[in-house]
Amino acid sequence: MSDPLVKITINGVAHHVPGHSVLIKTAEDLGTYIPRFCWHPRMAPVGMCRMCLVEIEGPRGVMLVPSCTTPIHDEMIVHTETDTVKKAQEGVLEFLLANHPLDCPVCDRGGECPLQDQTMAYGPGESRFVEEKRHYEKPIPISDLVMLDRERCILCARCTRFSDEISGDPLIEFMDRGNSTQVNTFTEEPFASYFSGNTVQLCPVGALTASPYRFRARPWDLRVIGSTCTVCSAGDSISVHASQNEVLRYLGVDNDATNHGWLSDKCRFGFEYLNSDDRLTTPLVRGADGEFAEASWSEALGLVAEKLTAIVTDHGPQAVAGLGGSRGTNEDAYAFSKFMRTVVGSGHIDSQMDDGLNPQLLAALSGKGLIGDLEHAKTILLWAADLKEEHPTLYLRVRRAAQELGAKLIIVHPRRTGLDDRATFKFGYKPGDGGRVLSELMAGQGEYAAARAALSEGPVVAIVGRTGLTESPVLAESVAAFARDLPNASVLPIVRRSNTYGALDMGLAPNLLPGRAGIGSPGCANLEATWGGLPTKAGYDAAAIATGIDEGSIKGVILLGADPVADMPNGLDLTAPDFVVAIDLFLTESSSQADVVFPALGFAEKEGTVTNLEGRVQKVNRVVPGPGQAREDWSILDDLAARMGKPMGFASAEAISKEIAHVAPAYESVTWDLVTWDHPDGAVVPVVAERSPLEYVPVVSSTSSTPSKSEFVLHSARTMYDNGVMCQQGPSIGKLAPGAAAYLNPDDAERLGVVDGDLVRVASTNGQGDLPVVIDSSLTDGVVYVPFNQPGGPRFGSDLDVSVVKL
Amino acid sequence: MAYPLVVTKRMMEHPTDSHTMERYEATGGYVAARQSIGQTREELVELVKASGLLGRGGAAFSAGLKWSFLAPARPAYLVVNGDESEPGTFKDRQLMERDPHQIVEGMIIAAKANEVHDSFVYIRGEYPKPARRLQQAVAEAYAKGYLGKGIFGTDYDLELTVHLGAGAYICGEETALLNSLEGRRGEPRLKPPYFPAAKGLYMKPTIVNNIETISNLPHIINQGSEWFAGLSDSADTGTFMMSISGHVNKPGNYELPHGLTWREVIYDVAGGIRNGNELKAWVPGGASAPWFVPELHLDKPVTKEACAADGSMLGSGAIIVMDHTTDMVGAAERLVAFFAEESCGQCTPCREGTTWLDMILQRVLNGAGRDADIDLLLDVADNISVGLGWPPKQTTICPLGPSAVSPVMSLVRHFRDEVEAHIASAPHAGGQGVSVSIRGIA
Repeated sequence: MSDPLVKITINGVAHHVPGHSVLIKTAEDLGTYIPRFCWHPRMAPVGMCRMCLVEIEGPRGVMLVPSCTTPIHDEMIVHTETDTVKKAQEGVLEFLLANHPLDCPVCDRGGECPLQDQTMAYGPGESRFVEEKRHYEKPIPISDLVMLDRERCILCARCTRFSDEISGDPLIEFMDRGNSTQVNTFTEEPFASYFSGNTVQLCPVGALTASPYRFRARPWDLRVIGSTCTVCSAGDSISVHASQNEVLRYLGVDNDATNHGWLSDKCRFGFEYLNSDDRLTTPLVRGADGEFAEASWSEALGLVAEKLTAIVTDHGPQAVAGLGGSRGTNEDAYAFSKFMRTVVGSGHIDSQMDDGLNPQLLAALSGKGLIGDLEHAKTILLWAADLKEEHPTLYLRVRRAAQELGAKLIIVHPRRTGLDDRATFKFGYKPGDGGRVLSELMAGQGEYAAARAALSEGPVVAIVGRTGLTESPVLAESVAAFARDLPNASVLPIVRRSNTYGALDMGLAPNLLPGRAGIGSPGCANLEATWGGLPTKAGYDAAAIATGIDEGSIKGVILLGADPVADMPNGLDLTAPDFVVAIDLFLTESSSQADVVFPALGFAEKEGTVTNLEGRVQKVNRVVPGPGQAREDWSILDDLAARMGKPMGFASAEAISKEIAHVAPAYESVTWDLVTWDHPDGAVVPVVAERSPLEYVPVVSSTSSTPSKSEFVLHSARTMYDNGVMCQQGPSIGKLAPGAAAYLNPDDAERLGVVDGDLVRVASTNGQGDLPVVIDSSLTDGVVYVPFNQPGGPRFGSDLDVSVVKL
Repeated sequence: MAYPLVVTKRMMEHPTDSHTMERYEATGGYVAARQSIGQTREELVELVKASGLLGRGGAAFSAGLKWSFLAPARPAYLVVNGDESEPGTFKDRQLMERDPHQIVEGMIIAAKANEVHDSFVYIRGEYPKPARRLQQAVAEAYAKGYLGKGIFGTDYDLELTVHLGAGAYICGEETALLNSLEGRRGEPRLKPPYFPAAKGLYMKPTIVNNIETISNLPHIINQGSEWFAGLSDSADTGTFMMSISGHVNKPGNYELPHGLTWREVIYDVAGGIRNGNELKAWVPGGASAPWFVPELHLDKPVTKEACAADGSMLGSGAIIVMDHTTDMVGAAERLVAFFAEESCGQCTPCREGTTWLDMILQRVLNGAGRDADIDLLLDVADNISVGLGWPPKQTTICPLGPSAVSPVMSLVRHFRDEVEAHIASAPHAGGQGVSVSIRGIA
């Protein structure tokens, strides 16, 4: 239902507009820009800066009102350019500048500063303020990433509102009052928010600056290009800023469909790995001495082609397996898929590292639920990883839905999550026991009755994934099966790596072909013609590939931007295969064990498309050339294919996208032109629903999880900052990983006789570690939580049963 | 000359124990409250409307009318404003200290009239003794069953909470008070919502009344609205309390009838100017009111309407009298400094402007004034209160900023020669002169 139109007259021109808005927004939409500092379209107005004062004709004569807090109404008459308005606005600017240090020449904001711009546009030419200005120590670090200069601050409350209203961690606030009002942190509590960087972007002056960017560039020296963030799979819109061929910062770009302009600090500052000195710049070939030596491309490519061909000749194509492809572009993933299937001839290929969900489930649900559905949800079921840790901007959207839009939020998770404070219902449980929780929730038994009733009120958005790495993926599938039958339900399946959805759509799964087609699906004639035949049999997934390696049937492994040794819960033995080739940015735990390593280009160094968790295809763009001789993944594979005698014939990423649009049913007609021009927010595939041949209907499994009889079960989950190579190669965020620890509930800790900081030995059949105890009352009895992949931390694989012993 | 007393009658007649439950009940206390519990909302609202009682917190709005605006949503709250912080105002303090049961009883009546079951008194943080006395009275009332579950043996419940502020003048502004009561920063709220009666405490319908307003209620119940209205010849009925301070012989609180002239108030009630000095000016209604001067205003009546007609207000009934020895620049600076100190800091014009005005006045006082400073004062003031009119057209959320403009405006309007004299006698008079004291070089 749309609002009835109201008549509003601005500066003598009458308009008819929908009736629910504030004046400043309506005026802007109608082409009249009213200057402002504190107002922000994504936050509640505070009317503090008073810059947006305008005159309206009211029953008591002409009144000066702030346009950011004044709702529009019928027959409203507004004047934004009268002498009174101009004087008031000039007056406000003079007041703001009175105590402003005017240190623009050494301020990061200089050149892109709203205060500077508006002073030029609306301000007085010179100051009449001859008194001494306010002084504060400057700048002070308020977190590892953000510096605060209170002298520059104009007290607009954008940062404090953001951290209170949007991110839900109000760690900065106003202190004192009147002329001494200042923004600051609480005593001994740093601004340790996962979203602190947004306040820097929101700041209309240079009061908040990001330590990674301070003094690195001037805005007019930056090359800027729009792109899509590939840290998580939400597909956040960003702009990438580079100077002198170095990426220097990301800014969030407001996109209604995805991130609303916000970014997590991991997205915002996570690009630093691109500039790392450890980036690979030439191909590396392991010599007879066992050490890597730099090699020419032709030497390395020739060697790999020869080795792979030999394995295929001697042991058959099924002796080669491929892992990875979920960190790059769709074009890279398609090249890998085509390479494995048509050049090598093997179906053993997986882009998930045995830590995700059934690829058919992901491919079938993709494109059926949108993040934007959260805006209209009446009930939200969140049965997945802690979004704050793994999908930070989606976390913000869910927080907004629950907090501002009144959706009921039901969370099922073994531990506290970042959204618990907004949850209507929160159910903790013991990993392994999720099947029981699901059946009781479905039946609406006991404590689940009210939550079940809420789920009967649509629209429902269900965000479904694995709550932890020890939890069976079958459970998530059962939850999805339950959720998709709820009234007016959207299901958003959650996995971690950024382009997993794109990789699966390109067929990087043992049982999928490009375009969301299963092996044997109809409608793949174009693919069959282009590929010269289609696979008829599913290959191995990552876990089966690991087994194949252990059993000796897999002789050759190709890694495409994958680090399975570190990333697979149970690791991978890369010393066993005869030949391992890796395409990577760094020597990781995995690529350092390869026989040949090719240096690849990273984000912002290549063009392409990515697909987010909704199935939204968006563009990523190139702004810097990349280090040394690094090349695009697809071009390396293309060269390799040619040397193996089966050229794939790729000329450019754009050409590959055209091939994808031709052969992949769900991607039919999704070319770069479409994504860039017709759908600036990206196109959700399939654009035409019938073009997705795969219809996988999950079912609730009675064995979706098995309760453990062990005294302790392990909950293992990822944190925002961890030991991952992209995180650790960034000096700003690498140090923020929380570190390994054993989180225990107070009763268990008491039983073991341990307090915070004591050491315990946690052991499973796969590994053990001595870890400091952290008391965590959000855990159920008998659960020990150990964050996954922390620097120096142990690995337990996906073992559920562990022992915990006091040391 | 003796005037009829209403809210101060008990304390004047029983100066030693007017605050005790014993004395209160012995002098007719809680009869009105008992009676009101049996009355309907309509009866009570009509009674108070008919009495003509106006709010005594400064705005002088009809109390009964305000009650009638209370939105129907429940829960609703009653909040009594005891954050009396305006310089020169100290009447509520006396009512709280000396007759706290009168307030408790008034709140019971107001609560019943508005069908409210949770009530609060917000007392300024610097008022420990009034808070203690009121808290004591509340405890006694709870003990007797006048507050709590089923008051006076009926099925009506009423909780009363005494809350002490933390020392911010702005919390006397009703929406800042509500924020503070909720545990937020004491900052005035945005309008809309315009009235707490629609969205107040916790965004629920809320009646906010002043201590003196509330204190009148038992008397209106006991003696009727006609009696109350008959105490005054003007539209402003009953009596009103005036806090008189400054250079008078008998400063203090006085309960007065409406319609006296300023001459009567200053010379008869307050005993005239100290040492036989000459009257120079007075602040008629709290520090935020534009000043009056004897040449223009001495024989004008002390009423809301007359004050408004002369571009000022009776406000909270605080008058500060200044004799001929007063340095008016100093007086203005002191008042502006108060508002600068008490600005909550939300709105740019108030946060920056009040301090700027104070800095200019300080500079003029310190002998570094410039000829341009008078125009500068007026223009900075104009950017806070557009057109320097009355009532002010403010560029801010609440009237605190414009309050700081009143002394500046009054100073230049009535005592421009004194400002000029300060500037002329500055060591660097005629020149720019500023850098001397400002940058700390001299």
